[in-house]
Amino acid sequence: MYMVLVLFGVSLLIFFLARVMPGDPARLALGPEATQEQVASLRHKLGLDRPLYTQYYVFLRGLFKGELGMSLITKRDVFKDLIQRLPATLELVMTAMLIAILGGIPLGVLSALHKDRTIDQISRIFAFAGVSFPRFWIGIMFQIAFAYILGLLPITGRISGDPPTRITGLYLLDSLIARDFPAFVDSFKHLLLPSLTLSLSPLAQITRITRANMIEQLRKDYSIVMRTIGMPEVVNIYKYMLKNAFTSTLTVIGLLTGWMIGNAFVIEQVFSWPGMARYGVNSVLRNDFNAVVGVTLVIAVGYVVINLIVDLLYGYLDPRIRLKR
Amino acid sequence: MTVLSIANLKIHFDTIDGTAKVLDDVCLSVNEAEVVGLVGETGCGKSVTAKTILGSLPMPPGKVPDGKILFFCDDLLKLNKHDRHRVMSEKMSYIPQDPMTSLNPVFTVGEQMGDLIRWQGRRRVGPLEFLGLRRGRHNAVAKAVKLLDRVEIPAPKEIVRRYPIELSGGMRQRVLIAMALIGRPSLLIADEPTTALDVTIQKGVLTLIEEKVEEEELSVLYITHNLGVARRLCNRVYVMYGGAIAETAKTKDLLRDPIHPYTCGLISSIPKLTGDEFKGIDGRIPDYIDPPTGCRFHPRCPQLMPICGQEKPELIEVKDDHLVACHLFSRGGGR
Repeated sequence: MYMVLVLFGVSLLIFFLARVMPGDPARLALGPEATQEQVASLRHKLGLDRPLYTQYYVFLRGLFKGELGMSLITKRDVFKDLIQRLPATLELVMTAMLIAILGGIPLGVLSALHKDRTIDQISRIFAFAGVSFPRFWIGIMFQIAFAYILGLLPITGRISGDPPTRITGLYLLDSLIARDFPAFVDSFKHLLLPSLTLSLSPLAQITRITRANMIEQLRKDYSIVMRTIGMPEVVNIYKYMLKNAFTSTLTVIGLLTGWMIGNAFVIEQVFSWPGMARYGVNSVLRNDFNAVVGVTLVIAVGYVVINLIVDLLYGYLDPRIRLKR
Repeated sequence: MTVLSIANLKIHFDTIDGTAKVLDDVCLSVNEAEVVGLVGETGCGKSVTAKTILGSLPMPPGKVPDGKILFFCDDLLKLNKHDRHRVMSEKMSYIPQDPMTSLNPVFTVGEQMGDLIRWQGRRRVGPLEFLGLRRGRHNAVAKAVKLLDRVEIPAPKEIVRRYPIELSGGMRQRVLIAMALIGRPSLLIADEPTTALDVTIQKGVLTLIEEKVEEEELSVLYITHNLGVARRLCNRVYVMYGGAIAETAKTKDLLRDPIHPYTCGLISSIPKLTGDEFKGIDGRIPDYIDPPTGCRFHPRCPQLMPICGQEKPELIEVKDDHLVACHLFSRGGGR
């Protein structure tokens, strides 16, 4: 229920913000050569000459039918454009998050256990670098190193040949379903560099927050008691302390995933990744208001869904949250 | 047979203001099936002693410049990390001070106990074992239920499914006692296990510890600031002041006939239920960075002599099993 309210608010806000953006979308779409009449007729066709509240009503009605209005750039319904591009971004973001979690948490635990020693210092330098280097620069460096000089990985794109039969739109999954292993390997190779580039900053943040929480856990009474009465160190650290420490890491993971969806665009640009974020930025630049609203809505839905998942996971991780009701 | 014997143990802490010389030649021993009390006011080094024995004192900032901790035949301070962990979890156990913070809040009691039952003292646990066969897990929880039953927890089958926050302080302390007894230890170190509990629950927990000690023939080092608790539980008592042993004797001898001026002060400081005025000891515990020379108690001592500020008194036997570190009783001393 709460989710629906949030989404309604977002749609309202973004719809009106898109309408007050300066510049006439119809004029921009038709170009400087178009006559006054042509512009007026397009405005009428798009419904731009009607009052704002009517426009919003039409927009909402379309939303329930799975229509977001025509894109001025592609001349297709925005919904279709998004369906086509969203899986690419999702694949990128999910892989990047997986790398960030699988790398960040063990690194954070190690740094906490070896606080202020060599491993910790190396991971600290790494974390600073990960957060502070601009992503496009890292992306280009990766391209130069791995693709251009070493020739190990492709520079751009999602796949070399034809994409596998579209079922989910995630190439990795689709090629697995189709049992097309060469395509799987190929799309994995294409995915590696962009997702690695996107994952660096979240990886660094997850490392730091895991480290901080694990250091706190190491000092807790229950950790010391467990160790003292003979719980093996491995179990004590990776089961007992990590579950406690993971709660706040989870918050960060949730926020970062939302952040990634919105910020994938630089990566998509550098690696010519046919994703949604790039489409969104292009439509802002071209004043394609229907597309802007569509992309923003998808990002908002993404945030809401991620938050819901995170909240559910909190309950699983911490019985104190479950039992308080 | 001596289970634990500590000789001339010194512990220093590095602080910003200088080195705090907290323990100063602590000597104590615990014999088989003996309950030994370690008594003293807050800040006298009781818990530091316990933590050093248990190896849970953070080092640095703590360091041990001198001393031995003999546990059976092993010098705990000389063992490497893994051997020490093994020796300790096989034969030594621990009841912590605060039951409210000593159980992991996000795991059920059964899970915590079950893992201890399965893996206590192990150095490694393979990933397959960790994921756990159902049967192994099931057996461990069944054993946990039995153990909980033995510490007189009502409805132990229910309790294993509960989280620590659903239990009261007394219950949690019982769970912790059950956990401490899992490995059938020879020595139990109890660091003020009843201090955080109120009096009625304290009585139940004390009775329980008393019973377990008898059943399992445990040796216990019982740390407390409460002389009443010590009287009830302990065969022998060490009185500690300022990081050193001031006096030791059989409990009833010590309480009936205290010798050291500090022990006398401590006993007279117990508030009486009759509401009579009680004497305390003036002054505060010493500053460990710059401790008083000679006897560390001399600035507060009512029977101060010139020698007290110059020489450290040795722990000497004045009666049977009654040792005291005070110049009043040393050879060149007053009496």
